[in-house]
Formats: sequence, C-alpha cells, structure tokens
Amino acid sequence: MRRETLLNAVIMGALLLVPLWAWVADEPFTITLATRVAILSLAGVGLNIALGLGGLVSLGHAIFFGIGGYAMGILASHAQDYSPLLESPFLIEGTKSMPVIWLVAIVTSALAALVIGALSLRTSGVYFIMITLAFGQMFFFFTISWPAYGGEDGLSIYVRNGFPGLNTLDPIQFFAICFVLLSLALFASSRISRSPFGLALTAARQSETRVLTVGIDSFRLRLVAFTISGAITGLAGALFADLNRFVSPTMFSWQTSGEIIIFVILGGVGRLFGPVAGAALFILLEHFLGGLSEFWQIYLGFLLLAVVLFARGGLIGTLAGREVAHD
Amino acid sequence: MSLLSLEKITAFYGASQALFGVDLDVREGEVMALLGRNGMGKSTTIKVICRMLRHSEGRLQFAGRDIAALASYQAARLGIGLVPEGRRCFASLTVAENLVAAARPGHWDIGRVHALFPRLAERHTQSAATLSGGEQQMLAIGRALMTNPQLLLLDEATEGLAPVVRQEIWAAILALKHESGLSILVVDKSLQELSKAADRATILEKGETVWSGAMDTLQPDITDRYIGV
Repeated sequence: MRRETLLNAVIMGALLLVPLWAWVADEPFTITLATRVAILSLAGVGLNIALGLGGLVSLGHAIFFGIGGYAMGILASHAQDYSPLLESPFLIEGTKSMPVIWLVAIVTSALAALVIGALSLRTSGVYFIMITLAFGQMFFFFTISWPAYGGEDGLSIYVRNGFPGLNTLDPIQFFAICFVLLSLALFASSRISRSPFGLALTAARQSETRVLTVGIDSFRLRLVAFTISGAITGLAGALFADLNRFVSPTMFSWQTSGEIIIFVILGGVGRLFGPVAGAALFILLEHFLGGLSEFWQIYLGFLLLAVVLFARGGLIGTLAGREVAHD
Repeated sequence: MSLLSLEKITAFYGASQALFGVDLDVREGEVMALLGRNGMGKSTTIKVICRMLRHSEGRLQFAGRDIAALASYQAARLGIGLVPEGRRCFASLTVAENLVAAARPGHWDIGRVHALFPRLAERHTQSAATLSGGEQQMLAIGRALMTNPQLLLLDEATEGLAPVVRQEIWAAILALKHESGLSILVVDKSLQELSKAADRATILEKGETVWSGAMDTLQPDITDRYIGV
C-alpha cells in the first residue's frame, strides 16, 4: 500500500474511532468536536477542488458556507414558527427535513458559485483573490443588514432538523450523518481528480496555453470546478448550521473563508485527505491551545508560517512524501 | 483542396511587426515544411495558426472556414493539433494522464499512440517530468494526436535531441504520413530529413514568404540563400 493511502486510512480511522470511543465512554463533547472536524473537512474538500486542483485561491468560499447555513436557517425557522416562506405566486413552506435542506443548500450555493465564478474567473491571480473577497464582503454585509432573518444577531433553531429513521439530536447519530457525507464527498473528489476533467484542471493550473492548444476551454473548466467546489462547501454550511442550531453572518465573514483555506494548506494543497488532516489539526489546536490561552491563534500563525516555509505539502505531504514531481 | 491557407498574414508583438505577409497553404494529407532561419517568423506563424497570437491583416482559413475570430481552444477543437516547441508536456501528470486529459474521440486512442511510440507504453504510469527529452517529445506528439486533429503542427520537434532519438521521431512522422490521411506542417532545421518526409516547402525570410514549392524542386542556391548557414 502506498504511504499516502495508509496515512489516509489512519486519518479516516481515527476520525471514526475517536467518536465511537467517546460514545462508549459517554463523552458527548468529544463527539461534537469530531462532528465539527467532519463538517469543516467537508467544506475544505469543496475548496480543495478549486484551490488544490484548479489553483484558484478563493477568498470567498465563506459565501457558499454561509448560503448553505442560511438555507438551513431560513427553511427551518419558517418550519419552526409555521409561517410560509412564500405565499404567492405559489406556496413554499419551511422544512425540518435534512435531505430537503441539503438539496436546497447544494443547489443555491452551486448557483451562487456559477454566477460568482462566471464573473471572477475572468481575472486571475491576486485580482481573483480580491474579487472573491469582495463578493464575500457583499454577502456578509447583506446578511447583517437583512432584518427578516435576524440581521446581525443571526437565527436560532431550537430543534435539530430531522433525518428519516435517525434521531439527529443524538450526537453519535448526527456524527454518523456527517461522516457518511464526508466520505461520499471524498469519494467524489477522488473520482473527479482522476477523471479527464480533473486531469485537465490540474494541467490548466500548470499551463493555460498548453491546455488551450489541446482544445480545452480553460474558463469553462474552471467554472465547472468552482461550481462543484461551491456546492460541496454549501452542503458543509448546512451541516454546520445544524450542528450549532444557529446561523449568523459570521459564516459569511472573510475569516471563515480564511479558515477554510487554512484547513487545505495545513493538510496539504491538492491532496485528497489534506482538508481532513488540516481541519482535524485546526480543531485540535483550537481545543487544546484555546484552553491555554485566549490568543491561541498566534500559535496557529506560527504553525502556518512553518508549513508554508518548510513543509509545502502540508501535513500529508510531510508524512507521506511528495506525490508527484514538478518541473 | 487546401486544408489550411494563410494569405498575406501580418502580425505584431505589441508595437513591433513580426510577420509582413505570410502565404502558406497545406493541402489535405500532405506534409508541408516551414523553413527559414532563426527569427524569420516560423514560430510566430504557428502561433497565428493556433490563435495564440491575433494577426492584424490577411486571411486565415482552415477546413473551409475563416478562423480569425476563434479562440485558441476552438481552433484546436476544429482539428488543429499543436506539438509546441520545447516539448511542453503537463509535467505534474503521468504519461497516461497527459494523453487522457487531451483526448477527444476519433481514430487516435491510447492503443494507437502506444503502437506508434512503444516507449510511451513502457512509461505509462511514470510522471511526465521524469521522461527523457525524446520521450517527452513523443508524449507531446501523442497528446496532440489524442485530440484527433486534421492538421498536426510540429514546431521544432527534433530540436536538441540525440541523433538516435531524432531518427525515432522522424520514423514516427513518416509513419503518420503513410498510415493516416493526416496533414502535417513541420518546422525543422534538418533539410536532409525533411526532404524525405515533406511533399512541399515554404520558406520565410524576415516575416515574409519568399519561396514555395515542391520539396524536390528546392535547389541548393535557394537553400543557401534562405536557410544555409
């Protein structure tokens, strides 16, 4: 077995076994931590398709995370107080059903990614970073100033949404849902990276001209990647909202975008399990260093510097070695 | 019937003019050599054909349609397969992935490319960055073939390669010529090899077409004047 495959198995195994142990030992908080890791990993898996495969440094992925969150918040808050979402021209009611919420989160964030991507992907490099950041700030301030759904205070949902046949309020069952969705996203991500589409995306990151001369429209390629990426991050947003039973404009903040980028960089840009390793490390640091000091992020800063300067492949790259040679 | 035709093409890099009137036509199923000394506009002409550089005047037609307005990828989809100068493979992908990434359905598939270049079959799972120069060149040709082009552009395909490897590449070009109805436009410096492979030649001098004709009518006085060193 390749070292990276082995490492991936260890990471996934730990992410599964730690909460199972916590369940047996009756430590619900640990299960919640693991659920956070699974959900944030999922957001990172989404970004990794744009950033890792496509080389698109998006400082606006919080948009999709937030849209997913608000999809859940808006639908559930209407279901909670029995008010319809829309009465005319046709009736739309809120829902407390997770599958429906996920679908709405995926579709709306994919649409947003399609539109934002179509506009932002005309630029590249630092301009792309800036324009995605600008879109992120637009959404952030829009939600702050939108009183219908809580404005700055956000929205609280009292009971976690339901999934047919499961009790989602039981931490281990909710964890299982998130873990399964993460696994599905990882499977999809690995298929994408090996498909002609993913290979072309990798090639376009390296040299756009070469890709154009073999007849591939690099703009459309990146737009599709950005849309898939946004959809996955949107799903993570819906789960994150359900974990906290709370959504607020913070989900749209540029710090959130930055954190998702940090997961990917810490774990290893473009590595399949990079976001999982990165998110796990982030949560562990937040938990343990956060216990030591309120200013734990200063240590995170040092770690990030160390990774960027000395371990470009991130955690996975350092432990499993370089994946491929570059020219 | 000509597959590709350039009439009085002029082109600029910024303010400086590089092409002053290039006439060139490549007929279906023929191998055309594009000759000239360094800096005479051969690669610029290739760039114009691939739409990597916009020409300013003249007519550019491929397969009976004007391709002046097309983007580079659209020209490639229409059937222009480029093997760029300097063996530009996708270094971060394996040999197989390089071929798959570019593939479009048609006559050429991985099996046929492997038959043409058995060395690529041996190096199937190897990263393209670890290939020798000759193997990278084979891969670049294979990748262009995988797009199933009607016209293959070979820009300095044998430059800087060991003589043995050059022979392999030339053998492959000859095989392509005889096996398939592919039209090929070759930019190369070795007249000896070109005289075996090419049907016709066009010579550029200072961004202008100065001679065009059948390869076997290319007399020493002309080669001395325009190509000779």
